[in-house]
Amino acid sequence: MSEPTTDRRAAGVAALAPARRLGEMRHLGLLVALAILVVIGLVTRPENFATASNLVSILSLAATIGVITVGATFVIIGGGIDLSVGAVMALASVWATTLATQAYGPWVMAICAILVGTGAGLVSGWLIAYGRLVPFIATLAMLVAARGLAQRMSDRRTQLVQPENAALVDLSTTRVLGVPLLVYIFALVVALGWVVLNRTTFGRRTYAVGGNPEAARLAGIDVRRHTMLLYALSGLCCGIAAILIMARTTTGSSTHGDLYELDAIAAVIIGGTLLTGGRGTIIGSILGLLIFTLITNLFILNGLDTSDQLIAKGLIIVVAVLLQRRNLKERST
Amino acid sequence: MLVIKGIVKQFPGVRALDGVDLDVRAGEVHCLLGQNGAGKSTLIKVLAGAHQPDEGTIVFNGEQVRPASPIDAIRLGIATIYQELDLVDGLSVAENIFLGHEPAKLGFVNRAAAGKAAREVLERLGHGEIRPSAEVGRLSPAAKQVVSMARALSHDARLIIMDEPSAALAHDEVANLFRIIRELTAQGVAVVYISHRLEEIREIGDRVTVLKDGRTVAVGLAARDTPTTQIVSLMTGRNVEYVFPPRGGRTFGEEVLRVENLTAPGVFSDVSFSVRAGEIVGLAGLVGSGRSEILEAVYGARSATGRVLLDGRPAGRGVVGAVRRGMGLAPEERKAQALLLDQSVTANITLGSLPGFARFGWLDRKRERAEAKRLSEMLDIRPPDPERPIRTLSGGNQQKAVLARWLLGGRKLLLLDEPTRGVDVGARAELYAVIHDLAERGIGVLLVSSEVPEVLGLADRVLVLREGSVIHEGDAAELDEHRVLDMIMNGRAA
Repeated sequence: MSEPTTDRRAAGVAALAPARRLGEMRHLGLLVALAILVVIGLVTRPENFATASNLVSILSLAATIGVITVGATFVIIGGGIDLSVGAVMALASVWATTLATQAYGPWVMAICAILVGTGAGLVSGWLIAYGRLVPFIATLAMLVAARGLAQRMSDRRTQLVQPENAALVDLSTTRVLGVPLLVYIFALVVALGWVVLNRTTFGRRTYAVGGNPEAARLAGIDVRRHTMLLYALSGLCCGIAAILIMARTTTGSSTHGDLYELDAIAAVIIGGTLLTGGRGTIIGSILGLLIFTLITNLFILNGLDTSDQLIAKGLIIVVAVLLQRRNLKERST
Repeated sequence: MLVIKGIVKQFPGVRALDGVDLDVRAGEVHCLLGQNGAGKSTLIKVLAGAHQPDEGTIVFNGEQVRPASPIDAIRLGIATIYQELDLVDGLSVAENIFLGHEPAKLGFVNRAAAGKAAREVLERLGHGEIRPSAEVGRLSPAAKQVVSMARALSHDARLIIMDEPSAALAHDEVANLFRIIRELTAQGVAVVYISHRLEEIREIGDRVTVLKDGRTVAVGLAARDTPTTQIVSLMTGRNVEYVFPPRGGRTFGEEVLRVENLTAPGVFSDVSFSVRAGEIVGLAGLVGSGRSEILEAVYGARSATGRVLLDGRPAGRGVVGAVRRGMGLAPEERKAQALLLDQSVTANITLGSLPGFARFGWLDRKRERAEAKRLSEMLDIRPPDPERPIRTLSGGNQQKAVLARWLLGGRKLLLLDEPTRGVDVGARAELYAVIHDLAERGIGVLLVSSEVPEVLGLADRVLVLREGSVIHEGDAAELDEHRVLDMIMNGRAA
């Protein structure tokens, strides 16, 4: 009686297996790389590496860029690129820490950062989607302009978060289960990003717009509107990242987030997202970012030169992409 | 000069060339005729070295050759001017002419020599007015054609293949093209000329070879004296069996689509027609007759003046509006315009009606999979696993998935552009059955195909297009392939 059902189920599982396995395989390499780095940490610095405080500092370090990386993953899967993330985050942090904004308290500061980030993203997105500018150029312009505006607003001075708004700084000092709140915010953004990308029409459209914009358009998707929203989402993530960096450094500054765009893009690429769009995962990007952060951590713990650290990161990007290309080839045959 | 015998070229699932013979003499214009899919472009690519034949011999200037690459063919003296001109827009005329074989010393291009040589070649073509330093992107289509030809000559080509060179040209520019061709042939260069326009072939051609279904059916007919009826019947007598579902039994409902005076300057003009629920209307015409462009305009993907009414009301703005109002398009280039190759069959099927599977943006993936499964079974998409990446399916099954996309969401009108392109014969019959099935469900269908028998076999009513105008409209049952081809090629309205 039950035989045919089990048979069919077995067949179904067998049919799904290749797809599943590929999904796991895709992250397997990253996990192995992470594991190797952990082992290196344990061997070279047994007394410092595996401590709670070191792990927390790795995660806190990763949180700010991590939030930006989530947004960057969306933009890149959607076939674009956002170079302005670091500058937009800096602008948001400066705008939120002006004395005028600070007068309204920490909530308004947070909302201000988010609005500034999203607004900047909308401007880039509008220029790209409706002004037909190439994403590289539009966001490069935004990078330069946002930095400049941040310098002008702050008069190139670092703006402190005022004592009466210390609640904002609590995000990095208050710990739940030994972990600062900002790490929870990072985790929440990652989780939300995953859900949106994998379980909503927005996510599905992102893959469609990045994978084949013409097909998406002819299937009735408003490609331009979607493109604009992708950059707005990236800007939103920059706004959230600005809150985290204000909490961690207790400052807003036009120099925050310098070269974050490169770290974010590198993390996304290492995570297996194609720069040409249409393919990629949030989990991969986060693993890519953790690899990067771990390398930084290991170099610092071992007192090595930061220049060597950069060289190592460069090598990792190349190796990761070469390995992925091999995987791609195997899959398409 | 060129003698080809028994060329066979096979692609997975298709025998594109199945024994082609061709014999071209020095100094002649040899025309190649055949319907779409007859194998003309494959033959050109074999000659140009882009494809290698599986069987057969090519003898060029008394020597047996086998061009292994485009460079190889060029070195032999065979140059090809493709339909889409392969010029680099950002470079100058001289740079384009000598692209790949620049006069150079130690890697430094001798610009003066290149400019001088370019001027000589252009003058030889009677176009001394084209400056060698001009940027190619700013030239007119006719001038670009001249540059392409100059490039062919700069290689000392003895045989020049021209694939529909007149397609992009205005009338007086065609006259100039012919003058150049005559000068070339007077110098002993042979030209293989491909065109759909019979009148051109009569004017410029010396002899004609007709291809049909990958085979040569006539070699070396006199281009001027062979009667049109003979040429057309050579082109149409078919071996491919078209299995169409029986006509009739369907009743047409209300008018779904009404198109009034649709015009896009230079592409099509004053096109009016209507499609009723359950009716299949076919557009027959050559590439460049405006057939696909009309479909795009109806779908909102191309701007045009005139009116498009869906259910008596103006269709929404753009593609988004058209889809929302119940239209669907299966575009001509399946891979480039319809499919997300990396995604699953399911994701491809539901792409056109995502909001229908979502609440507040949240996708109901279970229902999505269930619907994809139901449609896969209904259309017999194989292999029957909707979670597979769509790139692993055959062309016919991919096309079924595109049709399945528009079976969702209560479509009223489907626009099908070359629905059976790149699909093997067996899958064709299945697609035909699916299309009939769609019509039986009360969906209006507007069909474009370059294969006349397909239009006639599937459609209830046919519009014949030539150079952007409807030259005939009538019941499909009252037309035959012969008459339609005659209208398309000679412009005679029945």
